[in-house]
Parts: sequence; structure tokens; C-alpha cells
Amino acid sequence: MVDLAPELSEASRLRSTDGTGAKGLLRLATAGSVDDGKSTLVGRLLHDTKNVLADQWAAVERVSRDRGFTGTDLALLTDGLRAEREQGITIDVAYRYFSTGTRNFILADCPGHVQYTRNTVTGASTADVLIVLVDVRTGVVDQTRRHLAVAALLRVPHVLVVVNKIDLVDHDEQRFSQVTEQVRSFTAGLGLADVRTIPVSALNGDNVVEASANTPWYTGPSLLELLGTIDPVRADKDERLRFPVQYVLRPQSAAVDPAHVEYRGFAGRIAAGTVRVGDEVVVLPSGKRTTITGIDTADGELEQAGSGQSVSLRLAHDIDIARGDTIVAAEGAPGVVREADAMICWLAEVPLRARQRVLVKHGSRTVPAIVAELHGRLDLGSLEAEAVDAFDLNDIGRVSLRLAQPLPLEDYGRSRAGGAFVLVDPQSGGTLAAGMVRFNGNGSGPGVPKLAIEWEI
Amino acid sequence: MSSVELGGPPRTPDTNAHPVELGGRPPRTPDTNAHPAQDQLDLLESEAIHIIREMVGELDRPVALFSGGKDSVVLLHLASKAFWPARVPFPVLHVDTGHNFPEVLEFRDRTVERLGIRLVVASVQDYLDDGRLSERADGTRNPLQTMPLLDAIADGKFDAVFGGARRDEEKARAKERIVSLRDEFGAWDPRNQRPELWNLYNPRHRPGEHVRVFPLSNWTELDIWRYIERENIELPSLYYAHTREVFHRDGMWLSVGPYSQPRDSDVVEQRLVRYRTVGDMSCTGAVESDAADVAAVIAEVAATTSTERGATRADDRISEAAMEDRKKEGYF
Repeated sequence: MVDLAPELSEASRLRSTDGTGAKGLLRLATAGSVDDGKSTLVGRLLHDTKNVLADQWAAVERVSRDRGFTGTDLALLTDGLRAEREQGITIDVAYRYFSTGTRNFILADCPGHVQYTRNTVTGASTADVLIVLVDVRTGVVDQTRRHLAVAALLRVPHVLVVVNKIDLVDHDEQRFSQVTEQVRSFTAGLGLADVRTIPVSALNGDNVVEASANTPWYTGPSLLELLGTIDPVRADKDERLRFPVQYVLRPQSAAVDPAHVEYRGFAGRIAAGTVRVGDEVVVLPSGKRTTITGIDTADGELEQAGSGQSVSLRLAHDIDIARGDTIVAAEGAPGVVREADAMICWLAEVPLRARQRVLVKHGSRTVPAIVAELHGRLDLGSLEAEAVDAFDLNDIGRVSLRLAQPLPLEDYGRSRAGGAFVLVDPQSGGTLAAGMVRFNGNGSGPGVPKLAIEWEI
Repeated sequence: MSSVELGGPPRTPDTNAHPVELGGRPPRTPDTNAHPAQDQLDLLESEAIHIIREMVGELDRPVALFSGGKDSVVLLHLASKAFWPARVPFPVLHVDTGHNFPEVLEFRDRTVERLGIRLVVASVQDYLDDGRLSERADGTRNPLQTMPLLDAIADGKFDAVFGGARRDEEKARAKERIVSLRDEFGAWDPRNQRPELWNLYNPRHRPGEHVRVFPLSNWTELDIWRYIERENIELPSLYYAHTREVFHRDGMWLSVGPYSQPRDSDVVEQRLVRYRTVGDMSCTGAVESDAADVAAVIAEVAATTSTERGATRADDRISEAAMEDRKKEGYF
């Protein structure tokens, strides 16, 4: 469902409950092209929410003065590297932390020009909200399409398109509507769950923290109001237990207490679902079945634990389990596969060709693999696949993988935890690609390769 | 490199100190709530434990930087929770500038003994004594830590070096990955960092390279203090308000001691102060404060108008890029 209407009944409803207490941590990522004013927007957000401390502000004022700027350059607040300040550009993802009293935010500020997809993919992979900047004068450009495609591919739950520099077109409603229409027509086929546009002047602060009198025709919430109403998505509620084993805890003589010399537990962080004492589980890839007898933390035993919690699980049977195995709910357990079809974002300087040998890291397991086939690269203009011999840096496309050992892969559209993986260079150890498993069916096996990009996300 | 199938029995700890309890917090009562709510500290704790376990699972020789400063104390506390009921399966490394606060060194030694962890000390003084390093004109030793640190990493063949650095501390650190590659010269290349996707951390590297790992990346100074309160974590006493003989220089209160002598023009006075960061005595300033316990410190930090490094670190005031330059050379 695409909702670009400025009237936000849900947002209004949620806004009325503001101030009732902490609303949880929200993870944001920003994306924009060069000169869209992204650093200025982030600086404005930090400044207007009073998250800039006196010494940071003094440094920004000093540098602005030294450069002969007439005002204080808000972008200097976020540009952390010497080259960034000197060249007035942003080079690498920077992380900011700010708070509004009711909510804390982690913001991944992703630069637009160099290695842009790489940075956007990095920021978007953990984001609840992707903020895409568009210059109202130029409207939707190639990079905007790329950012929106990445958001759809990575299933970012909320996308806010900030139509910036509205002051430079005399706060003209017509121009804003045109850009909104461009966004609407491009995202119609993407399957994004929630896309909204907001008219903003980051430079002057219009609609950033407070609704602006300069845009009386816009009756929706400001950017910050909107961010205050969005619920962070921690996990899909109906997901079942997925627990990649990170480490086997067998203290023996290293026990902190002699009572735990014989302890044997499986340490990890719950990637999806919940676990209760007494639950039936299956260990993958072996397929052995057992029961949860204990959920431990250093603070004591738990009766149950949920997605995101780091715990240690005890099991009824003495099964051979090692790091890299996955403990899953017996009901709806995924199959393990040696072949998979996936969308990837290629993030390396060297091109990817068919038959390349890589490592696949999924959960806590890393296995050798071969990229058997390239099924086409996504053309961002048409959103269709085009046949290519190689993927270059920042290309998005579909591949088939052959795995040396079986993995419990799931469709990324159904489970982010079960479908996300990275490709790693076996020689250098570098990260080559972000991957999202695609199964056409119900998760029982690899899908039939098709050339068209069909994202039923 | 082939696929990693580590696991099995944890490493044997390096000492056989007697078993001790973690922290002072009573165990939580079992949670029978249908959907146990996780607050921000729970999330940050689980994230940090996941990162620590992941690195120990993937790599051969981890080590944690431990100075006795609040962030490294929290890091070590998280490591002990990550491997409970086993002890922390890796040693800790302290780069001793030779100008450390005595109460912090005492705290350091007591903590590693309590947890049964081996302590490796890299001494800046040794490097000064035999001429491999020379004192700087300004007398600060923080920038001198890099060479002993890199040598200790190479000597110990450490491939994962945990640090307590946080992204909210400083603008170069805001650009840092959670798992960050260092070449064989220890150098950080901020313009060519690996993408870090989902929570699939990739610590693989060539021989001679290593990774720095920052499990507290997403914590703020306030999170650290709230966690210290919640977990009842002991810190060196100088984090709390105490009366100290100090003199004012460059907008900071410097302690009168063997390594930070007032000049004739400096006025020495007794002040109620505390330290927001703990480092080399010659360049770490105190702040005026009457916050004598954790709750008072939390209130103070929540209302502060300056960053902790801006308020207390002479070495970060040298230039806009002081931290960036040190990090590129291999500093933590």
C-alpha cells in the first residue's frame, strides 16, 4: 500500500499519545544525492532538537567563520573527517544519536555520491525508517530511484521522502505535488509498505521540527512529528524461533562457580520469534529434535525470551551442536538447501562474474559457495532486468548460488533474519555483497529463476 | 580461508583465580510475562553480547583493551555476562602511559583478579626509557600509546581487539564500523571501510591484519551511566565528586601530581571535582561537580552542555581532526 497523502489519520492518532513515556529506539537512515542538503537536514534535526552541545556548536561556528561563511554551516555538525570538511562533502556513513524526550534515535547518515548504493544498503539494512532527500527543483533523479529500489529490496518498513529546498521555489505547492506524483508513480510497482512525502527547507527549518507557516497548504506533520509516531519494527509478530548458535558454553574448569562445571548451553541472540522452556525445537542442519529445558542469562533463568535477546539455551538431549548450527521451532521449521536464488547488491570494486567462488555468511555460519549464474541486472529506469556478463560496483541483480554445505535459508520477504546474507571474498576477507534470498514457493525450496524482477515484498 | 566451524569447548582462561560472582545485582526473577518488554539498555546489552560472542566464535585470539575507564569497565562486564557461567575466554590489554591515576591502576588490577582474567600491560615508559619514543613538547602521552599498542597486538598475535569506544564520543568515531579492519600497520582507512550489513559482522582478514571491535558503538554517555547504575558496576572512585588539588589550564581542571605540575602562573586550589573520562593524567581534565554517586552523575550527564571529550581531553583540542589523525595511525 502506497500512502502519499499528507493527511495521516494514523499519525494523528498516534501523536495524541505522545508524552506518555519512552517510545523505544528508532533507527533511521538518510539517503540523498550530492547537494540535496542531507547534511544540512541532519544538522538541522540535531540543532532544533537541542542535541548539539555547546562545544560542538562553538567548533562549527569557528570553522564557518574561518571559511568566511555568512551564517553557521549546519552541515559541519555531521561531516566528521578532515577531507569532508575541506571538500564540503560527506564520505562515509556517520552515526548520530539524538533524543526528543519521548524517543531516542540512531541515525545512519549515508552519503550520496561516492559508493552511494553501498552506503545506502549499509544504512538501510538496519533501519526502521529511510529518509530519502529530493531537491524540489530537480525532482526524482536516478539516485532517488536507486535509493527507493534499495529500500524496497531491503524491506525498509517506512520511507519518508523529504522534498527539500522548498524555499527556493517560493514554497510552491504545485512543485511539491509534482515531485510527490513522480515518487508515487515510481514506487507504485515497488511494493513499499509505507511511503510519504514532506515539503521541507532544511536550511530554514521549515517542517523539520515544527510545521511551517510558509507552507500553509501542507497540513501533514513535520518530519520530527512523523518520526515520533512510527513504531519501530523489531520482528514480524508471527515469526517462529530462529536461533543461530554463536558459541557453545561448556565452562568445565573455567566455571565462575563450581556448580556450573558440568554446564552445557548454546549461546546466541534470538534472530526471530520467541522461545519458552518446554518448547519443541529442531537443530539445523542435522534435523535432530529436542526440547528446551532452560533459558539462561548471567542475571538468572528466564521462562521465555523474545527476538533480539542474547541468551543461552539448554536442551533435553545431548546432541552434537556447534557454532553455526541454528535452533528453530519444530513447527514450521525451514528446510536446509544447497542451492538458492537471491537478489544481491554488489558492493565491491572488482566485478562479479558467473562461477566466482565466494563465502556466504548467514546467521552464525559461513560456508563456501559458487555464484553459479547471473540472471540479470536491475535497470533502474524501467525496473526490469537486463542481461549482463558481470555485476559492477553498486549493481543490483539476481543470482543463483550453489553452497558447499546446506543452510536453512528462507525467503527474505517472509523473514529478514532467515533471508539475509553477505558474500565475502575468500582471499581478502572483504565484504562483497548484500544478499536477500528469494523463494517463489512457500520456503520449501529454491524458486524457478526468472529474468524479470518481481518483488512481491 | 575455509569455512569456520568453531565452537566446542571454550578456551581455558589464562589464570586459575578463584571463582567470583558477577556484579552486585540480584538475579532477576523469572519473567512470566507473555511479551517481556525490552528497554533500550536491554537492547544495547544484547547487541553488545552478540558482537562479543560473534568475534570470539570467529577469530582465534581476541583481546580487550582495558584501562579501568568506565567504558572499558562496562565492556568487560558485558564480556563476563556473554560467557557466563564460564569466565571471559580472552585476556585484557592495557597501554600504560606511565601517567595513570594510581587509584585507576589499583582498580584495574583488582578487577582482573576478581574476574580471573590475564592482564597484558604495554608500557609507554619502557619505550621512552630505551629511546623508541620521545616525550612530546606538550608533555601529553596519549598520542604515544599507538606504537606500544601495535607492538603488543603483534606480539600477542591478537586478531580481534575489543575497545570501548562509542560513536557519540567524537566525530571521527561517528564514522567507525562496529567491526573495523586494520592493516598490518594498524592503520584505519576511513574512506574505504567495509559495508556492515544487518548484524552479519565480518571480521575476516589477511594474515598480519586485525580487526578492532566496538561493541559499545551505539551507546551514549548517558546509556553507559544508566547501565552502570542498573548493573551496580563498580568504577574507580575519581568518577565521583571528591576534593582534589587542581589548577585551571585551557578551560580544564588539571590535577596536581607528579605528571602534571602547575606553572608559576597557575593558581593551585582545592576544588570539588570529578572525572568524566579517565586517561593520561597530564591531559585529562576534571570537571567541577558535586555528583557523589551514580544517580547524581546521571542527572549531571543528562543536563550537560558539553561533550565529554570537549570538556576533559586536551589532546582532542589540538585540532578539528586530532582523533581522526590518531586513529589513522592505529590509535584506539
